Amino acid sequence: MLSLTLLLAITIFPPEHVQARDIPNDEGGKIVVTWDRINAPELIGYRVLRQQRNSDKWDTLAFVGRLNNRYIDDAAVNRIEYRYQIIAVAESTQAVSQPSAYTCSLPQWFDTSTLPALLGTVILSLIFVFFFDRAKRDRNLFIRRIAGLDAVEEALGRATEMGRATLYVPGLSTMSDVATIASLNILGEVAKKTAQFGTPLIVPVADPIVYTVAREVVKEAYTTAGRPDAFHQDIVFFVTDQQFAFAAAVDGIMTREKPATNFLIGMFWAESLIIAETGAATGAIQIAGTDAVAQLPFFITACDYTLIGEELYAASAYISREPVLLGGIKAQDYSKALIVFMILVFSVLALSFNLPVLSWL
Amino acid sequence: MTLSTDPWIWIAAILTLAIFSFLYRENPFYRFAEHLYVGIANGYAITFYWHRILVPSLFDRVGSSSTPLSTKIWLIAIAIIGALYFTRFIPRISWLVRIPIAIVLGYASGASIPRAVSGEIIRQMKATIITRASFANWQSGLWAVIILIGVIATISYFFFSTERRGLLKPLSYAGIIFIMIGFGASFGYTVMARISLFIGRLQFLLGDWLGFIK
Repeated sequence: MLSLTLLLAITIFPPEHVQARDIPNDEGGKIVVTWDRINAPELIGYRVLRQQRNSDKWDTLAFVGRLNNRYIDDAAVNRIEYRYQIIAVAESTQAVSQPSAYTCSLPQWFDTSTLPALLGTVILSLIFVFFFDRAKRDRNLFIRRIAGLDAVEEALGRATEMGRATLYVPGLSTMSDVATIASLNILGEVAKKTAQFGTPLIVPVADPIVYTVAREVVKEAYTTAGRPDAFHQDIVFFVTDQQFAFAAAVDGIMTREKPATNFLIGMFWAESLIIAETGAATGAIQIAGTDAVAQLPFFITACDYTLIGEELYAASAYISREPVLLGGIKAQDYSKALIVFMILVFSVLALSFNLPVLSWL
Repeated sequence: MTLSTDPWIWIAAILTLAIFSFLYRENPFYRFAEHLYVGIANGYAITFYWHRILVPSLFDRVGSSSTPLSTKIWLIAIAIIGALYFTRFIPRISWLVRIPIAIVLGYASGASIPRAVSGEIIRQMKATIITRASFANWQSGLWAVIILIGVIATISYFFFSTERRGLLKPLSYAGIIFIMIGFGASFGYTVMARISLFIGRLQFLLGDWLGFIK
């Protein structure tokens, strides 16, 4: 009687509703198998089996834990039909499910789930093209002045009066970072002014490619300012691409050279506070700018002026008056206005008519 | 107190103290540690790039008989493009450095724009739009409204095409308040993380080196 009770206690039912289907919007080779999970305390897991059409053989694909009800077969060959079976496995027994229907994996040309992103990219690109074209025809597109920019000339004048250097750190990122590109545009304008004023400029760099570009930018700025003789190789120099070694070196430069003005503009990470705090301790005027959200609080607390996020790009466009940059800022503004408009319209539609707007995006 | 007998721990501890001495003022110990750090970092980077990138990903694969010819041609072509960075040292052909820079910038832009649109813009829009489900209870409804106002106000702060007049003025003012609240939270969170790093160094000095703590 006891053994019969035990036998009944460890009887488990086979998994039901075993279904297999091709994963949509992928390059093929994947089939997802789903089944109804069994609520049995003695269950250990599920064995997933696969059979190819016109074959008698069942292959074991995997053994998954008892909490799973889904398995992705990523070893399927495209256009070959398979069916699947799930075996629920307990300590001393097992239960075999009915096989699923035959299915095959297929590659898709288009990932339809990214359609909103494609539409968004096309719309934003059209807005950008329109404003690039407008900026080329009219270089005086209006961009409001940014507070931090007013301080640039004042800070450089102070360095000149004190007979001290100006330090410009273009961040630690590579040329593929937009913040670095914006920073080098501002560097060009700062270098023009230091060339005009005869103020020494120090530009330590943490990336070899940024070094190459920064050197060209400064050289060109000195030539444009009519002071090519004032440019020398040591203005821009590579330090190291190791984050904290770079921070230690910049700290050393700040305390030894005592620059009157520090520009910390570009992409920064955890070294931002170390550098900015040292600069503040040396008594320099500090102008910072970055789009690294996590580092902005440190710059705001330790620097005199901070270009926050997109202000950095706008400052770069404002200073350089480059049509492409000006058009870019204008296009960004109108893209932002469009986004706000869409958020409001979608919210009204969702609240008023209970439309499934989130699934449209 | 059990002083460490490991010479490497002594070196690490002395260099840690040399870096900490900067808190007092710039001094020869800090200068020594700084220059050593920069030198070692550069030496390490060069060996890392050589042994972990160039040798396994380029030289070994090009030299291997199991690598298909088409892959070898691709690898050699990419290596040649990368080597164009060295033309910087030859003034007559230094303009060639623009080719790898253009490829890097072009690839980075192309790869990041669709990712930014779907990952940042569309996801942010979805998280901001208010639906009836947002009002499942009054707290979630209130937060949904605050987030909507916060997003619109913050975006308006970064609108550069017009002067801040009319409706834009109070909106952008509200925006900077939202931004500063965000920065305050981020500041506190990061300072806590930095303090934990400092505690780690103290544990090394007082535990591994001096043996005061276990």
